[in-house]
Amino acid sequence: MTVVYVPRDSAALSVGANAVAEAIARIAAETKVQVQIVRNGSRGMLWLEPLVEVETAQGRIAYGPVTEQDVEGLFAAGFLQGGAHALRHGPVESIPYWQKQTRLTFARVGVTDPLSTADNEANGGLVGLKKALAMQPAAIVEEVVLSGLRGRGGAGFPAGIKWRTVLGAPAEQKYIACNADEGDSGTFSDRMVMEGDPYMLLEGMVIAGLAVGATEGYIYLRSEYPDARVVLTAAIARARAAGWIGDSVLGSGRKFAVHLRIGAGAYLCGEETAMLESLEGKRGMVRPKPPLPAISGLWGKPTVINNVMTLASVPWILQHGGAAYAAHGVGRSKGTLPFQLAGNVKHGGLVEVPFGLTLRELLYDFGGGTASGRPIRAVQVGGPLGAYLPASRFDVPLDYEAFAAAGGMIGHGGLVVFDDTVDMSRMARYAMEFCAIESCGKCTPCRIGSTRGVEVIDKITAGTQRDQQVVLLRDLCDTMANASLCAMGGLTPMPVLSALNHFPEDFARS
Amino acid sequence: MAPAQREIVDRAIARLRDLPGALLPILHEIQDQLGFVPPAATDLLAQGLNLSQAEVHGVITFYHDFRSAPPGHHVLKLCRAEACQAMGSERLEAHLRERFGIGIHETSADGRLTLEPVYCLGNCALSPSLLLDGELHGRVNERRLDALLDGVGVKSPPRSGCGCGKQGGCS
Ligand SMILES: Cc1cc2nc3c(=O)[nH]c(=O)nc-3n(C[C@H](O)[C@H](O)[C@H](O)COP(=O)(O)O)c2cc1C
Ligand code: SF4
Ligand code: FES
Repeated sequence: MTVVYVPRDSAALSVGANAVAEAIARIAAETKVQVQIVRNGSRGMLWLEPLVEVETAQGRIAYGPVTEQDVEGLFAAGFLQGGAHALRHGPVESIPYWQKQTRLTFARVGVTDPLSTADNEANGGLVGLKKALAMQPAAIVEEVVLSGLRGRGGAGFPAGIKWRTVLGAPAEQKYIACNADEGDSGTFSDRMVMEGDPYMLLEGMVIAGLAVGATEGYIYLRSEYPDARVVLTAAIARARAAGWIGDSVLGSGRKFAVHLRIGAGAYLCGEETAMLESLEGKRGMVRPKPPLPAISGLWGKPTVINNVMTLASVPWILQHGGAAYAAHGVGRSKGTLPFQLAGNVKHGGLVEVPFGLTLRELLYDFGGGTASGRPIRAVQVGGPLGAYLPASRFDVPLDYEAFAAAGGMIGHGGLVVFDDTVDMSRMARYAMEFCAIESCGKCTPCRIGSTRGVEVIDKITAGTQRDQQVVLLRDLCDTMANASLCAMGGLTPMPVLSALNHFPEDFARS
Repeated sequence: MAPAQREIVDRAIARLRDLPGALLPILHEIQDQLGFVPPAATDLLAQGLNLSQAEVHGVITFYHDFRSAPPGHHVLKLCRAEACQAMGSERLEAHLRERFGIGIHETSADGRLTLEPVYCLGNCALSPSLLLDGELHGRVNERRLDALLDGVGVKSPPRSGCGCGKQGGCS
């Protein structure tokens, strides 16, 4: 019996992985060869999807990108024995893109069957949780503090410090709220974890619950991720059946329940307080702070709100120790970050590396330049509220502080690449348009300013009183940056002004 | 509201009303089954959840997902966000306008295809991306888009007969 892996990750599905799996099963049946098809997560080498792997004595041999039409030829080439073929890449773990990474959090993603509890345990699952069950809550919190883990949702706030606040807040009921709204364009690491190793996320949530004394967890998943919803729903049911979550976590007598809630297409509901409102069944309006959600969060109770990646990093930290995690990275940016290479890039995918690499290394050494073969002109880092950076900034190291000093924001680690055909005035206009569409409407600079911003940019590009309009645009951005309640209005000026400052020529044509 | 619709609304309320923050899950359930949330459901929801009609209406209109009218037979959610723009999603938008005469938030005259915007599907390394009837597709170009639409029986007008096999056919 030969084991063949065909990913079930939605990126792979989006380019035909199901048809490939079916073709393999069909031809195997027709030719009476025994194969066991495992639907794994994705390795994150997304330009190679569907990436089929065959288990051989030489390890797992990779073929990709495989189409349904290629399957017959693969059989003819003896791919079940690792045979030569134009799509063969050799042992998957010797592909440089994979080899050069430091996979801590993504160690199992793409390797195991995401829904197999046995696979999870055989590959290091639950070790962190078992350790946590034997520790005092404060000791768990201090391990996370020691790791230096910072929030991966964008703001980079130290996770351990947040947990400490929630641990110290006396209450009958506390909550863990996992932010799985992943709305930033160019990001998909949360999705890949949820589809590729959902038990790791659940394990992280349980550990967070043990650390702060919370017995209920909510996952707020965006509706744009239907495949992740299917996997998470199944994973929660199986974890409950296995006793990993529920009334007595691993037989410890400690309770932790997990509920899945689905968003409804509002980017703003990724903002943590808007997410709380949405979980409570209301409009996703931003709440003023204070009170901090750590003191008064979901239904007014102390709540840990963490991004998927933040929580998913915790099992590794408990398993190997906070110091081992902090040994990776640079400065105050500890550990690894799964960067996501997206847009017009040749080798798009997920790259987990320690902080400190430069943009250039990611864009060229991993990304291989643009998909179109033209020069890279601009990269938007950190989602729709992140800056557009020109090639002159590609050598800044990716650590939170150094990058901020260079006028950028790492955010959730998404890199969207544009070639030299991009019109940056259009991207600036889009940033304003997006803010107008997604604004919750609470503050005037964001609600009205974004619509005015679109109009002003239209005038600039039409050449109507260009110089005055540019002054007006800067004024407007200044007001939005300073008088908005949350980062939606507050950071929209980032993409707008970075486009204007780095690519003024695009605003001068008409 | 037609009796069958009312039954679905009532059942969704009865089944989910005890969940904390029940309104969103109930709205999803209604839309999953009907394709939209009938405006007349507002009153039932308000009564069933002990909320004001204004609160319920406010929630329904806040979220981009919820529709107040039935969509076309097939729903295409085209990603308009940055990574897809970087790979030419705007060309797909233009192509749909040319073939079906529809823009974002519009339904083709024959009611077969509704085009809705979506802002990132998490498939940004294989952009441009779209969801067709809830199924994700990546690396879509004009040719592949035509093939996908052909696959669900959406053909350019004036050819008639959708062929998608749905009960009631496509009118
Ligand atoms: C407009 C806006 C959108 C956001 N979207 C997300 C999101 O999709 N996912 C996320 O984890 N954090 C998002 N955030 C950040 C959250 O407010 C919050 O900082 C985060 O969930 C905290 O978790 P962390 O400390 O683990 O990062 C967003 C913030 C803003 C202002
Ligand atoms: S800045 Fe915009 S999105 Fe944020 S609270 Fe104000 S109006 Fe709402
Ligand atoms: S930007 Fe289109 S899928 Fe992410």
